[in-house]
Amino acid sequence: MSDENLGQAASAENNPGAGRTHGLDMSAIKQTTEELSIEKEDIALTCDQVKLFYGQKEALHGIDMQIPKKRVTAFIGPSGCGKSTLLRCFNRMNDLVDGCRIEGQIRLEGSDIYEKGTDVTDLRRRVGMVFQKPNPFPKSIYENVAYGLRIQGINQKRLVDETVEWALKSAALWDEVKDRLNDSALGLSGGQQQRLVIARTVAVKPEVLLLDEPASALDPLSTLKIEELIHELKDEYTIVIVTHNMQQAARVSDYTAFMYIGDLIEFGPTSQLFTNPVSKQTEDYITGRYG
Amino acid sequence: MQISLKEWTRKGDPWVWLNAGAVAISLTAVLGLLLLITVRGLVHFWPHAIVEGEYQLRDSQPVTIVGEIVSDESVPAEQLRDGGYPVPDDVDFMTRYLIKTGNRDVLGSDFRWILSDALTDRRYPEQLFTLERREWGNYYGYLVSVKENGAEVASTASNAEAAVERFMAGVERSLDLYETIHEIEKVKIGSVNYELERLRLEQRRLELEDRLTPEALAEINALREQENARYKVLEQELGELYVQASRDSVVMRGMSGQETEIQLSKIVRAFQPNAMGLGDKLGHYVSKIWEFLSDDPREANTEGGIFPAIYGTVLMVILMAILVTPLGVIAAVYLREYADQGILTRTIRIAVNNLAGVPSIVYGVFGLGFFIYFLGGSIDQLFYPEALPSPTFGTGGLMWASITLAILTLPVVIVATEEGLARIPRTIREGSLALGATKAETLWRVVIPMASPAMMTGVILAIARAAGEVAPLMLVGVVKLAPSLPLDGNYPYLHLDQKFMHLGFHIYDVGFQSPNVEAARPLVYATALLLVIVIAVLNLAAVGIRNHLREKYKALEM
Repeated sequence: MSDENLGQAASAENNPGAGRTHGLDMSAIKQTTEELSIEKEDIALTCDQVKLFYGQKEALHGIDMQIPKKRVTAFIGPSGCGKSTLLRCFNRMNDLVDGCRIEGQIRLEGSDIYEKGTDVTDLRRRVGMVFQKPNPFPKSIYENVAYGLRIQGINQKRLVDETVEWALKSAALWDEVKDRLNDSALGLSGGQQQRLVIARTVAVKPEVLLLDEPASALDPLSTLKIEELIHELKDEYTIVIVTHNMQQAARVSDYTAFMYIGDLIEFGPTSQLFTNPVSKQTEDYITGRYG
Repeated sequence: MQISLKEWTRKGDPWVWLNAGAVAISLTAVLGLLLLITVRGLVHFWPHAIVEGEYQLRDSQPVTIVGEIVSDESVPAEQLRDGGYPVPDDVDFMTRYLIKTGNRDVLGSDFRWILSDALTDRRYPEQLFTLERREWGNYYGYLVSVKENGAEVASTASNAEAAVERFMAGVERSLDLYETIHEIEKVKIGSVNYELERLRLEQRRLELEDRLTPEALAEINALREQENARYKVLEQELGELYVQASRDSVVMRGMSGQETEIQLSKIVRAFQPNAMGLGDKLGHYVSKIWEFLSDDPREANTEGGIFPAIYGTVLMVILMAILVTPLGVIAAVYLREYADQGILTRTIRIAVNNLAGVPSIVYGVFGLGFFIYFLGGSIDQLFYPEALPSPTFGTGGLMWASITLAILTLPVVIVATEEGLARIPRTIREGSLALGATKAETLWRVVIPMASPAMMTGVILAIARAAGEVAPLMLVGVVKLAPSLPLDGNYPYLHLDQKFMHLGFHIYDVGFQSPNVEAARPLVYATALLLVIVIAVLNLAAVGIRNHLREKYKALEM
């Protein structure tokens, strides 16, 4: 399925004039044989009236959302709408922000991740995250990928070797770096670094992958590679991606959520949201009238 | 092309000139200082020619002067007339020389000012000798004869060449003997004394603890006997060597014509500078510099080398760096990473920054009062009661000096480390945390390695400050002359309680506390040069480590 979609996405790029509605390339939207519907999906993450405050300021106003398992869910919306903030709630990255407070529930596989006694490091192992800018550690390529294993105390050479190779293959980076695993990761190009970061995240075998604008700092070719990678990874992982680029959201995601100033305006299968939005705001945004 | 003043100002040219001028002045000042101490310091070791001439002021008897011209200066004739010198009316300035005449035992002083015009019939006889002696400074004069056990064996009157050869061979022999004697006295007898002192303290300790059983006492006495026996053997050996060493002597004739007999064992070096070619002079120069770097001081620090001072400075700075680095880094990590960034933390940070501005003598007084008298005194009470009333740690020493300087430089390391930690991008920390690392793991595996170049910058600044510091050290453990190095072959090898010598203090001591200021002045320059070099080397080592770390963790530009 993913190969077929990829083919379509690629052909749409080669033919930019085709199938334009609302000024957006609609042929890029995934056409699936089966009709997607959230009711039929297994659910990985559930948000229940999630409110988030920075000090006194309320940044998220009660989000209800269900994120389906082994699907790609995209968050779109104008800058400052809270999509990254929501994403960072899923692995409790917001804990690091001073004065940040969360109400409501976020459940991962049924258990509340904000419950007292939750092991945050374990949660972050299960919910991996890739950031906007590639952030490899100043170590060798090998040690970058092995980092997650090392902090879990896994040091058997064979096991680490195997995992590193597997993770780099998963991130479609193995062929490019297999001869220089001991070189510094900082010598890689931006796109390679971002795939290395994905490999590093995959290496600890998370259930959910959070991607926070993973391609925004990259050139078009590297972006394409990352998008291909997302297609391949979604068979194994639940992926949530925040993106500014609506075409990207259309190309890679199964479901899309549109957020606006701390509210979830619309959430549904990507094809439906882009071709037949329910909300006027969504339509305005995807047709480029604001945002 | 005419450019209006306004245009010129607007383009910022005056600023460029001003800035460039400031840089030029700073550079000139620094390079000028370095050049001055380099030239003054290094010229001292060159074998200067010995001049011989007749010195006659207008109405006095002419005298023969033999010596090295050390410096000359131009003096207003007025001043000389006031001083009672006969100066012709038509001159405004006259040159006068500072001549090192040596022979302090004969003449009473080493140096003498003379008017250059009054020194006539100057010559540079090749037969003139410079003798560097272990006491009484240099001797300048002619070789008359060489004696063995009081009997003349060679004289210049009968065969000049043979006499010189015999003399040189004798000097060589006595230097070898001196080496052996020195080895026995310093190392072997030193270790016997160390053992005896240890046994005395052991006995005293058992006595204090009421555990001095007859068996223990017998054991100690047996060991003591053993050491005493060792001492007897060494003493006898030494006695024979002394007899051998005092066998030869030499008779010299100085500038007043007076003959002096000098024991060869008192001579460090004998040479004829006027007869030396360039190669000989270079060889002599190198050997003098090597002596300066590797030997102990002689004659109240005005002659010989300064090795113990170099050693003490380097050892103290290294110990200081070892102490200050972990302490500063840990404090900075807490302040930056763990402490709540509230008013209290900010106050502490300001206080730490201001500590860097406290005059160093204040740290010295603090070190003396708190570390030495309080801590050291308590340590002595608890752990070294057998040595009381003579203090072990209750007096200045290497450890207290290092700790005092570590406290002095702590703010520098804290500030540099904090800045380094603040510069680590948040994305890197989040990347680590997102992989399930705890804050501590993130710190140790990613953040601190990446901040290590900044920490090294702090250490570099700390070393630069500590190595040049003298004032606090005078209170906490530096001495004019330390009998032994703080690191030697006697257990426990590193003697943290020992006093030590320091280049900075050495400069002060030689320059201002010396009985023979003129003789010591070149050494002040040379020692200052050496201090600059030692600090530069210590810094370069630290800079090297930092650059290596920077290369390894060069992710900060992201």
